[in-house]
This record gives sequence, structure tokens and C-alpha cells, in this order.
Amino acid sequence: MSIKHHLDDATLMAYAAGTLPEAFNLAVAAHVSLCDDCRAAVESYDAVGGTLVDSVAVAELSDQSLERALARLDVPLGEAAVRPSFKSGTLPEPLQDYVGGDLESIKWRPIGMGVKQAILNTSRDATARLLYIPAGVAMPDHSHGGTEMTLVLQGAFFDEDDRFARGDVEIADGSVTHTPIADIGEDCICLAVTDAPLEFKGWLPRIMQRFVGI
Amino acid sequence: MHVMSRIKCMLVTTPSLQSSRLPVTLMFSDRCASQEHKTSEHEKLSRQQATKNVEWVAEMVRVRDQRDRKAFAALFTHFAPRIKGFLIKSGADAAMAEECAQDVMTTLWHKAAQFDPTRASVATWIFTIARNRRIDMLRRQRRPEPEDLTWGPEPEPDQADVIALAQETDQLKAAMEMLPDVQRDLIEKAYFGDLSQAEIAKITGLPLGTIKSRIRLALDRLRHAMK
Repeated sequence: MSIKHHLDDATLMAYAAGTLPEAFNLAVAAHVSLCDDCRAAVESYDAVGGTLVDSVAVAELSDQSLERALARLDVPLGEAAVRPSFKSGTLPEPLQDYVGGDLESIKWRPIGMGVKQAILNTSRDATARLLYIPAGVAMPDHSHGGTEMTLVLQGAFFDEDDRFARGDVEIADGSVTHTPIADIGEDCICLAVTDAPLEFKGWLPRIMQRFVGI
Repeated sequence: MHVMSRIKCMLVTTPSLQSSRLPVTLMFSDRCASQEHKTSEHEKLSRQQATKNVEWVAEMVRVRDQRDRKAFAALFTHFAPRIKGFLIKSGADAAMAEECAQDVMTTLWHKAAQFDPTRASVATWIFTIARNRRIDMLRRQRRPEPEDLTWGPEPEPDQADVIALAQETDQLKAAMEMLPDVQRDLIEKAYFGDLSQAEIAKITGLPLGTIKSRIRLALDRLRHAMK
């Protein structure tokens, strides 16, 4: 797979530092599942964290703490600590964790012209949604105050400058007004994450001229 | 041969350990004249630290393969106070940090099979567990993690790769120690959770180049082994 559009360094570092909102963590984990370049970057930012653990001022533990830890070793980890394992499918594992399975488990809600969305359950400081855009159809015009990160999971879309296929991430800030259009080859499924509420300008997604022209 | 003695043997015979000065001096060649003394001190410390890191890996391997409680105790004694210190810096109170450090160390015991010494030092791996625990504890959120590479780490990674990663980790640490104070403070703040993403975006010049290529190489090897 050749991924052309990667995550930026600040996002990767914030992910390693553990300071991103949950929805963005999800987008990063999903992209990194598909992209070894960004995985290597995240792991090297982890190494920066490792050097801090190495050099931080130590805080001694109370007496008997080692004995208590040793006594706990035979107690197995609770259910919650064991990740359910999904088979890698169209949705990378971290997304399947949220959906409860692969594509067939997504609970889509139509938002017009064949476009569907499913909002994932994350903390409220940011929103993660899966979007289903039929081949050749444009996303509803929308604007947003904050950062929007879109990860392609199936098919591809175009924006004004570029084509984004599976694994690619588009990062747009509030200043960008864009109307991504799904490629005609296949219906497009993406994960879109925003840190500000998404405002749709019109509820009728436009069908592209060239799609009609086929 | 016993793992530990094999590692020690590698330390003596690996030529790259003796000539490991290259990346650090290269990175800072423009500042070397004034910092020559500091650099060589760092190199010496760095090499000692690399040996130390390889020893921690050996303790981890004993925990993983032999469920060795003595090895666990050694790791606990060294790392638990550091985890506690790290968590206090990250905004936890002392009681919470202590409980959390305990959790992190028991997680290390239970998840030992997932530790890959060709991609992370023991300190780095502990950092990731502590960070996730912190998110869980302070923010009550889940932390989505990337998909595991299908078969996890190789059971018997090449010791040369383990040593190479240990060296890269120390060079990273040495290079970070040589950053201007202002920049290093920013990095620390970022990891202790005191910077927004916009502020993090202003941090530049982290000396990640060589360790990143090393980890990328290890990932390629794992992918190759899966085929």
C-alpha cells in the first residue's frame, strides 16, 4: 500500500504524549495501523517519553510496595484490560473496537443523497464519525471552526488539490472551505474527526457533473 | 547460552558499540567546538547507559520467558519510583501516582509478551503503559491503540538489533540533554500534559532522525517475517 498523505509531527507527538482528545487518538491509531512510517514516528516519540521516565526526579514508594506488587502478580488482569481481538478488515482494529465489528456492524444514519454517517462514542471534547459517500457524490458543504482530520478507509475522494485513497489523511483547519468528492470507482468510507461542531451549509449534497456525464 | 551472558558477549564483540560516537557528533557538528568536553562526557555516559538498557532488556526477557520474580523485583525497584515521579509531574497526587505505579508494574508483568526490544527500550515501553494509565485515570477516557503487528514481537530477536536500539535510545537522550533549556522545557511540558496541540506544533528540531529509521527497519523486518 502506498500512503501519500500522512499525519503531521505535532499530531504524532501529541498522540505519543497522550494529550489528544479521544476522537483524534482514534484517528491516529487507525492511520498508524495502516502506515508503518507514522508508526515508526509515533514509536520514536514514545522513546522521547522513555527518556523522560529515565531522567525524571524519582518519588520513593511507601514501604512494602514491592511486596504488595509481588502479591498481585498472580491475579489475572480484569476483563476490561484485555482487548477483544478483531480480525483486521476494512476497518482497522482500533475502529472495530468502537464499532463492535467491521463494516457490517456500522449503524448508519442517512443524511441525504445516499450519504450516511455514524457517530462514534468518544469523549465530548471532539467528535468522530464514519461517513459513507456513494461513488461520485460530494460531501455536503460544510465549514468548521477547528481542525478536521479525515482518514480514508475504502474508496477514495478528491478535494481541490489532491486525491486521497485508503490510509491517506487529509487535515483541514477552519480556514479551509472544502467539498470532498468521492471517486467514481467505489463508494467511499472515511473516518472524519473534528474538534468543533461540524456545520453543514446545505442538506442536499451535490452530485458531480462528471458523474452525471458518464 | 544464557541470555544475559549472550548479551554481554555481544557487547564485547559488537564493533558498532565502540564506534557509536558518530551520530551524536554529526548531529551537533556545528556546536562541537564549544561543547567538545560535554560531548565526550555524554558519549561515555551514553555508552554506560546503553549497557544498562541492555541489562534491563535481559531482566524483561526473564520476566517474559521464566516469569522470574527476582527480575521483576529489580525492574520494580528501579522503575516504580520513576513512574511515580513521572505521574506526579503529570498532575497526579502522590497517593494516586503510587497506586498507578503499582498498576503499571503489574501490567508490565502480564503483558511482557508484547514487549519488543528491537523497537523500544524498557523505559520507553514503561512510559507507554504509564501514559495510557494516566489517560485512563485523569481523563477517564479510553486510549485507542494501533493494531498489533500480526504476530507480535519475534520470540528471539537478534541481539545486535536489541543493542542497536539501546544505543539509539541513549543517543536520543544525550541529544535531548544538549538541547537549549527552553526547548527541552517545552518538550517536557508536552509530555507532562501541559501543552495544547497548537503549542506542541511550535516544537521543532527534535533529534529523532536516527532512532526513527532504526524503528522503521525493525518494523520492516517484522512485516517481512510475517509473510
